Amino acid sequence: MSEQLLSIILTIITASTPLLLASMGELVAERSGVINLGVEGMMAVGAVSGFGAALLTGSPYLGVVAALVAGAALSLLFAFLTLTMVSNQVATGLALTLLGLGLAGLAGESFVGQPGVQLQKIHVPGLSDIPFLGPILFGQDLLVYAALIIAAGTSHVLFRTKAGLVIRAVGDSHQSAHALGYSVAGVRYLCVMFGGACAGLAGGYLSLAYTPQWVENMTAGRGWIALALVVFASWLPWRIVAGAYLFGTITVMGFALQAHGIGIPSQLLSALPYVVTILVLVVMSGNKALTRANTPACLGQPFVPDR
Amino acid sequence: MKLKIWMTMAAALALGVSASAANAADKLKACWVYVGPVGDFGYSYQHDLGRKAVEKALGDKVETAFLENVAEGPDAERAIERLAREGCKIIFTTSFGFMDPTIKVAAKYPDVKFEHATGYKKADNVSIYNARFYEGRYVMGQIAAKMSKAGVAGYIVSFPIPEVVMGINAFMLGAQSVNPDFKVKIVWVNSWYDPGKEADAAKVLFGQGADIIVQHTDSTAALQVAEEQGKLGFGQSSDMIKFAPKAQLTANTDDWDPYYIARVQAVLDGTWKSEDTWGGMKDGMVVLSPFTNMPDDVKKMAEDTVAKIKSGEFHPFTGPITKQDGTVVGEAGKPLPDGELLGMNYYIKGVDDKLPQ
Repeated sequence: MSEQLLSIILTIITASTPLLLASMGELVAERSGVINLGVEGMMAVGAVSGFGAALLTGSPYLGVVAALVAGAALSLLFAFLTLTMVSNQVATGLALTLLGLGLAGLAGESFVGQPGVQLQKIHVPGLSDIPFLGPILFGQDLLVYAALIIAAGTSHVLFRTKAGLVIRAVGDSHQSAHALGYSVAGVRYLCVMFGGACAGLAGGYLSLAYTPQWVENMTAGRGWIALALVVFASWLPWRIVAGAYLFGTITVMGFALQAHGIGIPSQLLSALPYVVTILVLVVMSGNKALTRANTPACLGQPFVPDR
Repeated sequence: MKLKIWMTMAAALALGVSASAANAADKLKACWVYVGPVGDFGYSYQHDLGRKAVEKALGDKVETAFLENVAEGPDAERAIERLAREGCKIIFTTSFGFMDPTIKVAAKYPDVKFEHATGYKKADNVSIYNARFYEGRYVMGQIAAKMSKAGVAGYIVSFPIPEVVMGINAFMLGAQSVNPDFKVKIVWVNSWYDPGKEADAAKVLFGQGADIIVQHTDSTAALQVAEEQGKLGFGQSSDMIKFAPKAQLTANTDDWDPYYIARVQAVLDGTWKSEDTWGGMKDGMVVLSPFTNMPDDVKKMAEDTVAKIKSGEFHPFTGPITKQDGTVVGEAGKPLPDGELLGMNYYIKGVDDKLPQ
C-alpha cells in the first residue's frame, strides 16, 4: 500500500511541476499588468530548445538553460509588440501561441523519433534512501526544487521588497507609477520576460524530465491550464503552488481510481481544472472586496505615456 | 542598377513559375490529409512515411503534397476541397472524422479519386481502407501473458470507439489463450496524444501492480516509463525500440507504403476502382516489429501465431465469444463478420472495466 501511495505521490510531483513553473511566470507578468496568452507557445519553444540543446551537447543542464533562454526570447517579441508597438495583448498572445507551436514544430522536425537526454533525479547518500520520505523529499530532479524556490522567491519579492511594490504599482495603476517616475514599460518588459523564461523552463521540464522526447504539440494544453491557474489562485504565489499540486493530484488520482476499477468519466477529469477555475471566478466575482484586493487593476490595458 | 536587378529577378521568377507549371502538368499529383502533426512519431507519422514511399517508388511520375493538423469536422471539408481544386488527382484522407467531408467533396469533384481511411462510406470515386490492428494485439496479449510475472497488464487507452474496444478484446483473447486468469487494468486518458498524461497513467498502473504496459495512444512516453522502471511494454504505430531498448517486446506498426504505392500506380495506369480494403498481417499492412527482450519459446509462440494469422488458418475473433455480461456471440469455429468487428461496443468476459458510454 505504501508503495502504491509513494508511486502516486511521485507521479503527482512530476505532473504538477510544469504547471507550477508556467503559471508562476505568468503571475508575475500579470501582476505587472500584462496578460500574455502565449504561454502554450513559449512552453513549446522551450521544450524543443531544451531537447535540442541537451541532445547536441549531451548535457541536460545546458538543455535547461536553452529552454529558459528560448522562452524569454519569444516573450521579448511579445513585449516588443504589446509594450513598444502597443498592440492588443489578447490578440498578440493568441498569435504568440500559434507562432510558438509552429516554430517549435519546424525547429524540432529532425528531433522526432530520437530518444532524448534525461534530467536525472538527484541522489543524496543516506537522505534519499530513507524509506518513503527519502525519494519524495531528497530524490527529485533539480527543476522540482527550482520551481518551489522560484515560488518562494516570487512571493518574497512581490510582497516583501520595494521591487515587488513597484511591480504591483505598475500593474494596479500605471499612471501613478509613471507619475512617480518609474518606467512602466521597463518594469513590464522585465516581468514579461520572467514569465517567458518560466514558461520556457516548464517546456524544458516536459522534454527533459517528464517525458524525455520531442514530439509536436507535446505541451498538450498545459499552457492554458497554467493560465487558468493564475486566476484560480487569485494572483497569489502560494495559492499557485497549492493549485498546481491540486490540479496534478486531480489528474493522477483520476488515473489511479480508474486503475482500481472505480469508474470516473475521464472526460470530466480532463475538464475539471477549467471547471474549478470557473467556479473560483464565480465565487470571486460575488465578493468584490476579494477581487479588488488581488486582481491587477490595469491587467491587459495598454499604457502610452502623455508627452 | 537596382531596377535592373529587380527586373532580372522578376524574369527569373516568372521563368521558374512557368517551368514548374509545365512539370506539374506531366506529373500526377497525390495528396494527403492528416489529423495530427507529421512529427507525432505515431499515426500521422506512419501515413507520411507512406507518402514518402510513393515519392521514392514512383519518382518523377508523381508529385505529392499534404496538409497536417487538420481538425475533424467542417474545417476538414475546406482542406480537402482546397487540395481537389489545386489539382490533386488522388487524395488520401487518413482519419475517421474525415469521412463525411470526404464524401461531400468527392461528389463535387467526380474526376478526382478519394481514399478514406478507417471509415465505412464508399462512393464511385471514394475507396475505403483500414488495417486489422487487432491481429497484432492478439499476439501482444499472448506475449504479455507469458512474460508477466504478476499476471496483470496495464492498458492505456484514448477514446471508447470500436477500434479501441476491439483492440482491448483482441489483446485479452490472446492473453486468455495462454493464461485464463490474466487480468488487465484499463486507464482512459481521453486523448490520442498527451505524452505527459500517458506517462502519468503508466506510472500509476505500474504502481498498482501491473508489470507490462500496452497502449492505444500515440506517444512513446509510456514505454519510456517502462524502460526507466525496468518493466516491459509494447510500441504503438511506430517501432519505438530506440526509446526502450530493454523494455519493448514488439510494436504493432502500420505500414501503408505498399497500399499507397499500389493505389497511386493504379491511377497512373487508369485502373483505379472504388474498393474496400481491410488489410492485415497477410497484406503487410500490419507489421509486428522484431520480437525482443523475451526468451526463445515465447518468441517461437508469437511467430507461430503470426504465421497462422497470415495463412488464414487462425482468426483472433473466432466464435463463440463470451461477452462481459455473459451472452455469447459468433458461431462456433467461424470468425465474427467484419461488420460486427467494426461496430464492436462491448467487452469480452475477463475485462474488469466498465466501458465508458
